[in-house]
Amino acid sequence: MRISADRDRCIGAGMCVLTAADLFDQDEEEGLVLVRDGAPGADREKDVLRAARLCPSGALSVTRDA
Amino acid sequence: MTTAPLPELPEMPTARPAGRPFAPPEELAAVRPLARIPLADGSPGWLVTGFAAARAVTSDPRFSNRMELQRLVLPRAGMPDRMPPAPPGMFLQTDPPEHTRYRRLLAGRFTVRRMRLLTEGVERTVAEHLDAMERAGGTADLVAAYAQPIPALVICEILGVPTEDHDRFQENTRAFNDPAATAEEMGRAMQELAGYLRDLVNAKRAAPTDDILSELTDSDLTEEELVNVATLLLGAGLDTTANMIALGTYALLRHPDQLAVMRDDPEAVDGGVEELMRYLSIAHTGQRAALEDVELEGHMVKEGDIVALSMAAANRDPERFPDPDRLDLRREAPGHIGFGHGVHQCLGQQLARVEMRAAFPALLRRFPDLRLAVPEEEVPLRSDSDIYGVDRLPVAWGPEGAGR
Repeated sequence: MRISADRDRCIGAGMCVLTAADLFDQDEEEGLVLVRDGAPGADREKDVLRAARLCPSGALSVTRDA
Repeated sequence: MTTAPLPELPEMPTARPAGRPFAPPEELAAVRPLARIPLADGSPGWLVTGFAAARAVTSDPRFSNRMELQRLVLPRAGMPDRMPPAPPGMFLQTDPPEHTRYRRLLAGRFTVRRMRLLTEGVERTVAEHLDAMERAGGTADLVAAYAQPIPALVICEILGVPTEDHDRFQENTRAFNDPAATAEEMGRAMQELAGYLRDLVNAKRAAPTDDILSELTDSDLTEEELVNVATLLLGAGLDTTANMIALGTYALLRHPDQLAVMRDDPEAVDGGVEELMRYLSIAHTGQRAALEDVELEGHMVKEGDIVALSMAAANRDPERFPDPDRLDLRREAPGHIGFGHGVHQCLGQQLARVEMRAAFPALLRRFPDLRLAVPEEEVPLRSDSDIYGVDRLPVAWGPEGAGR
């Protein structure tokens, strides 16, 4: 599973950090998403998909490993 | 695209069902996900009541939030049907890229991490107000004693309103919450507040302190923008959180099993706050204007059309939330749109969470037998307000008849 974040789309709402603070963070300046772990294990799938679904600006995309 | 006719309502419904103060107007559930309604001027508009459709509209850049493109959905005394563009700094009623500039300047000040650092201070403020309630005896108006002052003090702290100005500031903002205030009084309060904020902005520019306004004086914002941004932050952060605390407490008092969950299970607090946000949806409605023809739920919304949104109805869409009319704090309800959705989703939501997560359990643990001090029908509901809530919430605790 790979997470990519589009910081141009991000509005810094923090929903990803709220959902999984070990995988996401926000930068101090603009509050935009920082991916701390872009390739988490399969056991984190639920949180990752939830973070992507909750993102208000559609800034997160998740691709499953082939 | 379907051509099946949509249900039509005679106007945007606003009346809550009798005896069910937390339920959205009953007409809304019957017209999910999309209906036609006449706007205030009689021209045809759209009404979104479905969860998926509300998310679709609020996250689609083809639906604009620009003030000058909106038209009144409901008639409003003293409000023209069309408004001028939002003044500089009032970025809620703008679209990207104008909106993006302000949002970026502010989002870093309201991150999850920064807001969590405030937890201890918020808990201290909460405890001080509980102490004061306890000292005053076994009854209080929860709105005046608890729900209003806590968010006000917190936002003062964050913005950088000096302690010695807190009283003046609270007095200034009280008029906004006063249901009896006339348009003239509101206007005067607004001007006084803007004047106060202008002085404050200039003071921060001269002598910066550790707060958001001081940080913003370091940006390229003009004085007018700064004052408007500060006004917006206050307007968005005071009344909303205050009403959530008061109405949320009222809802818990009417659902004792759920009150017990909030009081007794620390693990349930975070999820419980989300459920209260969903269930109460105090920012109950919104609207957007179509910038071009857009297909929505199989129907063609034309360029210029106004789409009204019922967040309250969307948050009770059974397709998204099973048994939606049940308040269930243990429900996994993340993803409600109580803070909105899309680029305008609440900037201060992480602060609101910190405040609510502190305020509900502390209140209920301090006064485990908290109860309404008046019959339910005497609780004054803010039925006409953009932000739903209660004007007063008389509560009592301790032995029956004590402290009266």
